[in-house]
Amino acid sequence: MASIRELHTQLVRKERSAVEITTEALERIQTLEPKLHSFLQITADHALAQAKQVDQQIAAGEEIGLLAGIPIGIKDNMCTDGIPTTCGSRILENFVPPYESTVTEKLKKAGAVMVGKTNLDEFAMGSSTENSGYQVTANPWDLSRVPGGSSGGSAAAVAAQECVVALGSDTGGSIRQPASLCGVVGMKPTYGLVSRYGLVAYASSLDQIGPFGGCVEDAAILLGAIAGYDPKDSTSLKVDIPNYAQLLKPNFRPKSRLRIGVIKETFGGGLDSQVEEKVKAAIEVLQNLGAEIQIVSCPRFGYGLPAYYIIAPSEASANLARYDAVKYGIRAEEADNLVDMYKKTRAKGFGTEVKRRIMLGTYALSAGYYDAYYLKAQKVRTLIKQDFESAFEKVDVLVCPTSPTTAFKAGEKTADPLSMYLSDLMTIPVNLAGLPALSIPCGFDQQGLPIGMQLIGKVLREDQLLQVAYAYEQSTDWHLRTPIL
Amino acid sequence: MLDREQVHKVAHLARLDLTPEEETAFTQQLSSILDYFEQLEELDTENVHPTTRAIEISNVTRPDTLRTMEDREKMLQEAPEQEGDFFRVPQILSTED
Repeated sequence: MASIRELHTQLVRKERSAVEITTEALERIQTLEPKLHSFLQITADHALAQAKQVDQQIAAGEEIGLLAGIPIGIKDNMCTDGIPTTCGSRILENFVPPYESTVTEKLKKAGAVMVGKTNLDEFAMGSSTENSGYQVTANPWDLSRVPGGSSGGSAAAVAAQECVVALGSDTGGSIRQPASLCGVVGMKPTYGLVSRYGLVAYASSLDQIGPFGGCVEDAAILLGAIAGYDPKDSTSLKVDIPNYAQLLKPNFRPKSRLRIGVIKETFGGGLDSQVEEKVKAAIEVLQNLGAEIQIVSCPRFGYGLPAYYIIAPSEASANLARYDAVKYGIRAEEADNLVDMYKKTRAKGFGTEVKRRIMLGTYALSAGYYDAYYLKAQKVRTLIKQDFESAFEKVDVLVCPTSPTTAFKAGEKTADPLSMYLSDLMTIPVNLAGLPALSIPCGFDQQGLPIGMQLIGKVLREDQLLQVAYAYEQSTDWHLRTPIL
Repeated sequence: MLDREQVHKVAHLARLDLTPEEETAFTQQLSSILDYFEQLEELDTENVHPTTRAIEISNVTRPDTLRTMEDREKMLQEAPEQEGDFFRVPQILSTED
């Protein structure tokens, strides 16, 4: 499928209609879904109605925005008014939100065409999308492998061109890691840049919505459409949103002397040698583009993972207390009192990983353990943040691999939760510090599986991050390769 | 690190009924995850302030005004069981005690 700008040009020149573009996407979804399972729900009627509206606007001579008529996938943890939202969980299998999330409301107004709700690890907890309560999504580059997670459905759908762009959410790497494993661009914005209103909460101090695209410009356009202050989210930042897409230039301005820091600690043990090789080659490309490369140290980077697996499950155990079978969701039968109803419903509705994290968080917050776990982890969070702050005194952007390995086989890590957690080693510290970061394709391993490079920016410097990624993309052709399906 | 009895107790606090198989698996898995957390002890955090939010914004307020939901039926319909304007739940006190 073409890029947003190409499709937009076709629309305004009346070479193709929005209904034609949407129909093509829906047909591709029909063909590929039996293999991929990226979508939990296909919203064909809704999509065609939206596309028709865009065509009417064009026919009436109205000016349309870049996203008007563009097929988009939405991760199924964002509430859509009147359209089921399951969060990948059986506990919400009958849930139809009575309200719309801010991001999808903004996209609707921009004329974007939602073609479906994408698969995810239940409540966004996982790194492979295998924890979905409904189906396992395949990696479009090798159907026996996982797409990464938790936004695996969105990443796979964009990689397979079932839609042009998609939204994901990223708590510990849930946009960047699947983007890396599926060979697409995925970005986690600064915490607070995009409203979380209507995003089903996992770990509220870390959750952030962000874009997936087949190229940097598509991700930049989508980010621009969803970013901005929202009074409905008390952590929303009151800042001006630049026109990210318009700022993209194929070269670095020679005078700006961009400094890029390579995080030393990310090139240690556990890193696949082919990933290392390709990321190092990508850093050389950045150097040839005129960036000054420095090696920097974030000594506490590796402690991000254990800190995260205390903080995120703790917040999750509180957030998921709302699934009490009273106001929405399923209710287990044959409960003889209220507590029994809670216990039976939650036992039936939650999957294993969600139970595991609720248990972990409940334990970490329980009397006598709070200081040793939760408080300790929050202090470590401060140290990790300080490491980034001192690195950013020396450089403008940080670079490292997105994931230590390429896509792994389905079932390979499900028996050992810790081995699964380790695949987020490189992405988690960024969430703890609230920074913006993206993953961009930077090559393939010998098996033809995509490799991603992670670029990390200063707070609210999404513009700079996208600019670096764009210049890199324009001098390489990884983003032009597509999986054979 | 964690025994079965503790797992059972935590499950009650979390309002989760676990099967005997789940209890066995979680006892082993949660113990190894807690062991993994031990490495945090290597860091001296004596004089470090905890971070609760990465980007600090505090005291966000708005006027406390009443707003009614336009479509209350839509919300009530989402409940597993409702009666009139209420959400219906099983009796709160157990019949056994």
